Amino acid sequence: MESLLNQVPIGLSIGAVLLLIALGLTFTFGQMGVINMAHGEFIMAGAYTAYMLQGWAGGQAVLVALPVAFLIAGALGWILERTAIRHFYGRPLDTLLLTWGVSLVLQQAARDLFGAPNVQVDAPSWLTGRIEVAGANLPYSRLFILGLAIACVVGISVYMNRSRQGRRMRAVMQNRELAAVSGVATGRVDQFTFFLGSGLAGVAGVALTLIGPVGPSLGTYYIVDAFLVVVAGGLGQLKGAVIAALALGMLNSFTEFWTDASLAKVIVFAAIIAFLQFRPQGMFVLRSRALT
Amino acid sequence: MRKKFFRPLAAALVLPAALLTACGGESGDTAEAGAAGNTIKVGVLHSLSGTMSISEVTVKNSELLAIEEINAKGGVLGKKLEPVVEDGASDWPTFAQKAQKLIKKDKVATVFGGWTSASRKAMLPVFERNKALLWYPVQYEGLESSPYIFYTGATTNQQIVPGLDYLKEKGKKKIYLVGSDYVFPRTANKIIKAYAKANGMQILGEEYTPLGHTEYSTLVNKISDAKPDAVFNTLNGDSNVAFFKQLKSAGFDAAKLPVMSVSIAEEEVKGIGVPNIEGQLVAWNYYQTTSGATNDAFVKAFQAKHKGAVTSDPMEAGYNAVHLWAAAAEKAGSVEVEAVKKAAAGISLDLPEGKVTIDGPTQHVYKTARIGVIGKDGLIKEVWSSKEPIKPDPYLKSYPWASGLS
Amino acid sequence: MSDRLRGYTLFASISLLILVVAPLALPAFRLDELAKYLCFAIAALGIGLAWGQGGMLTLGQGVFFGLGGYAMGMYLKLHDAGGDLPDFMVWSGVEKLPALWGPFGNPVVAIGAVIVVPVAIATLLGVLVFRQRVRGAYFAILTQALAAAFVILLVGQQGLTGGTNGLTNFYDVFGRDPEAESTQRGLYFVTAIVLGVLYLGARQLVKSRFGRLLVAVRDGEDRVRFLGYNPATVKTITFAVSAGMAGIAGALFVPVVGIISPSLLGVVPSLELVVAVAVGGRYALAGAILGAVAMNYAKTAFSEEWAGGWLYLQGALFILVMTLAPRGAVGVYQQARDALARRRGDRPPPEPEPAPAVKTPKEVPA
Repeated sequence: MESLLNQVPIGLSIGAVLLLIALGLTFTFGQMGVINMAHGEFIMAGAYTAYMLQGWAGGQAVLVALPVAFLIAGALGWILERTAIRHFYGRPLDTLLLTWGVSLVLQQAARDLFGAPNVQVDAPSWLTGRIEVAGANLPYSRLFILGLAIACVVGISVYMNRSRQGRRMRAVMQNRELAAVSGVATGRVDQFTFFLGSGLAGVAGVALTLIGPVGPSLGTYYIVDAFLVVVAGGLGQLKGAVIAALALGMLNSFTEFWTDASLAKVIVFAAIIAFLQFRPQGMFVLRSRALT
Repeated sequence: MRKKFFRPLAAALVLPAALLTACGGESGDTAEAGAAGNTIKVGVLHSLSGTMSISEVTVKNSELLAIEEINAKGGVLGKKLEPVVEDGASDWPTFAQKAQKLIKKDKVATVFGGWTSASRKAMLPVFERNKALLWYPVQYEGLESSPYIFYTGATTNQQIVPGLDYLKEKGKKKIYLVGSDYVFPRTANKIIKAYAKANGMQILGEEYTPLGHTEYSTLVNKISDAKPDAVFNTLNGDSNVAFFKQLKSAGFDAAKLPVMSVSIAEEEVKGIGVPNIEGQLVAWNYYQTTSGATNDAFVKAFQAKHKGAVTSDPMEAGYNAVHLWAAAAEKAGSVEVEAVKKAAAGISLDLPEGKVTIDGPTQHVYKTARIGVIGKDGLIKEVWSSKEPIKPDPYLKSYPWASGLS
Repeated sequence: MSDRLRGYTLFASISLLILVVAPLALPAFRLDELAKYLCFAIAALGIGLAWGQGGMLTLGQGVFFGLGGYAMGMYLKLHDAGGDLPDFMVWSGVEKLPALWGPFGNPVVAIGAVIVVPVAIATLLGVLVFRQRVRGAYFAILTQALAAAFVILLVGQQGLTGGTNGLTNFYDVFGRDPEAESTQRGLYFVTAIVLGVLYLGARQLVKSRFGRLLVAVRDGEDRVRFLGYNPATVKTITFAVSAGMAGIAGALFVPVVGIISPSLLGVVPSLELVVAVAVGGRYALAGAILGAVAMNYAKTAFSEEWAGGWLYLQGALFILVMTLAPRGAVGVYQQARDALARRRGDRPPPEPEPAPAVKTPKEVPA
């Protein structure tokens, strides 16, 4: 029974990981309709940033790397947007193939730069402990990821609702044409959105060094899950992504507890496909009168 | 405007590329037989790209090192060896097809290659039907003895059984089994369960995760709930990193919960991070630290070519394979497959892991089992070894408790 | 020369190349490789139909390829075992033949299943998904998740499916030794002829009323709906046909290559097929075939020469094709032909292509 209760915080922490990897996608995929298969490689870039900073920042590399990885992954995303993706608006399915090509190149580049084997990023000493709450065992690293996810969500929602730039972003998301005729420079908003979305992938990458492998194929382990969170939550819906990530985390945690990891994954996929039967556009839908 | 400019440009770029790929690559079809001319062609077939390349490239390197050493000493039967390196691309059908190419087009005398069970199973029919020879250098799940494959890695009674013997000796009675979801872990766990039943040990749980799985908190919770004395770990690849990181952060280190792993060698330790795995147990037949002049020479030669590299069990087994084949060919006086097979039985060489002898009937080799502990420096220190090389027994016929297994 | 005549000449000369020249010119194992590419080309043809003509980007075609392949593999395994358990079941600890395997001992049932099972599953999925108007990116990601789940399921059921090893080591393919050169040659011809027949069939389908409706659904689904048609039916039928093609491709792949395993069916192989179609030219069925053969050939050729570079090259190629020539090699060829014709002045400026302009309606709901 006690171990069953343990699954609640575990589900929460799985949800936090899912949320973190999917947050950036709610912007690039949700707002711009770009299916960015290279999102996983931006996560990888974040993780390698932490690895590179280790020589300089030592044990605190993870902390130092958060802002740096945000900038580096963001810059990668921005370059991608400027050089390629901006020619693709209105062709979302083509972006998928384009960015898959980009992801292959980035993976091989990582292999050539850092070598094929995994590298190790040491967790800061203050993240190696754990607390026990009512028999539940909560590693600090998991709490850190949870906190980071919350911070990102709060930051984004404040930004989206309070700042001018954020409001422009929402305007473009809701109706690109109308925003454009109202004087919003949609091109510039797109650039910034892509920067932000990719930057968040970098942040996620840093966090993932605490719990998983750091290697060239890092991104491929997370990319499908990230897309499913966004699809289940509804495009461009921060609220949807949060709820979907937590729900999937919980579902995964409990099904794995009762069955096994393979079956849990299959059940989660099946649940999403079934869920989309009832809500084909995800949990939350941006209402619009536009006709496809 | 811009579009109009780009379109012809694209045409100019894509068409020649297509033409080039259509014409290239067919130049070398006039191959002589493996032993004709002044060289002997041998195939080296590993994944140089894709997920398995991490591990397999190192084995390829050690095999090439062995070939170089042999050539430096004058080659085999007075002829230099000429390696033909092929990429299996971590894709099993590709392995089968490349094997076919090596045999039929390059007409190699033998092939050294493969890592995963799946790649070996895919190549097996190709070698058997063409009556060609494969040397497979990785520990595997046993229950196989193809007349056209020589197995220089450990079979189950040279790795898993000694690992269990060690746990039993240390009084670890309650075991939890964790593995990746594929053939080797499932077969290994079947053996472990039979062993446990016969030896008064208890299996508290048996869990499999998909290859590449990275979320282990639920599994760690299940383990902590079951309170085992030890974990027997057959996870593969990147999953090991996630597993050990998450196990450690939940408070389980080597002192609290020993984990015996059979797929973690020196290479993998670096990626997992020494603090996460220090003090944990592994079972192999060779470590970089294994003592002996032959190993010192091997490590030195390898590191001279690959700076900062470590040497691991599968690499050593690949290196052995080349030397064993060369010795067999010398003894046979020919590189012809049936002659080499016949000559190979009983060949015994002093190799980095110690004395290695080919067992004729099974075409496996006698190997010394070694249990090691992962040290602070990321290398593995031997803490236990079988007194002498263990006779290979891929079907576990000499173990009464395993009678129902195959 | 009229376009029609030109088309026939082209088809005839390519048939000649594949059926006469290639078997004479290529050594046996290269011919076997070509047979493998032709299997992929059959699956690619299905994608060309569903994606190029119907606008459904299916990233889970590996699932149907796998269903066909496993159906065939199961029959061959049972046939080899001759009443005993297939070899992998023995070492997986299975003691009795699973009920699922029973019917596959019969070759007629197995070959029927090669087509029926993928079509049935695609129909079911199509009815569920298209009726709910799941489309565009949603559909793409859903099918991708399907591929991921399918692989995990296959790998997890080792006693039933052979796990990661898949089904391999067949000794007898319909009474012949699969490694014998004559068998490989025969399989090559079978594959080539099946591809040709399916191509002609698909072409007929595209040219028919149904094909026009399909293209209309791709370019303006809602408008088609307003005209009184049900786009869901059109899409489901097309999706099922393309799944059937993938199933046939998988079934041919098994005797040609001698293995079917989960690593052939997952997210990446499915994507690779789609990319091959894009490179060849998605709006022309011939482009799909061309792309599949050329990309797979390039993969083999390059990984033989320069293993690490293949990924760079593949990646760079997609980026180039998608940005500069979204209609693929066929599109480039058409453009070059039109440009040449205009320069010679023996032709009026080309009429607008039947393929859509690059700008399709926004597929993500606004």
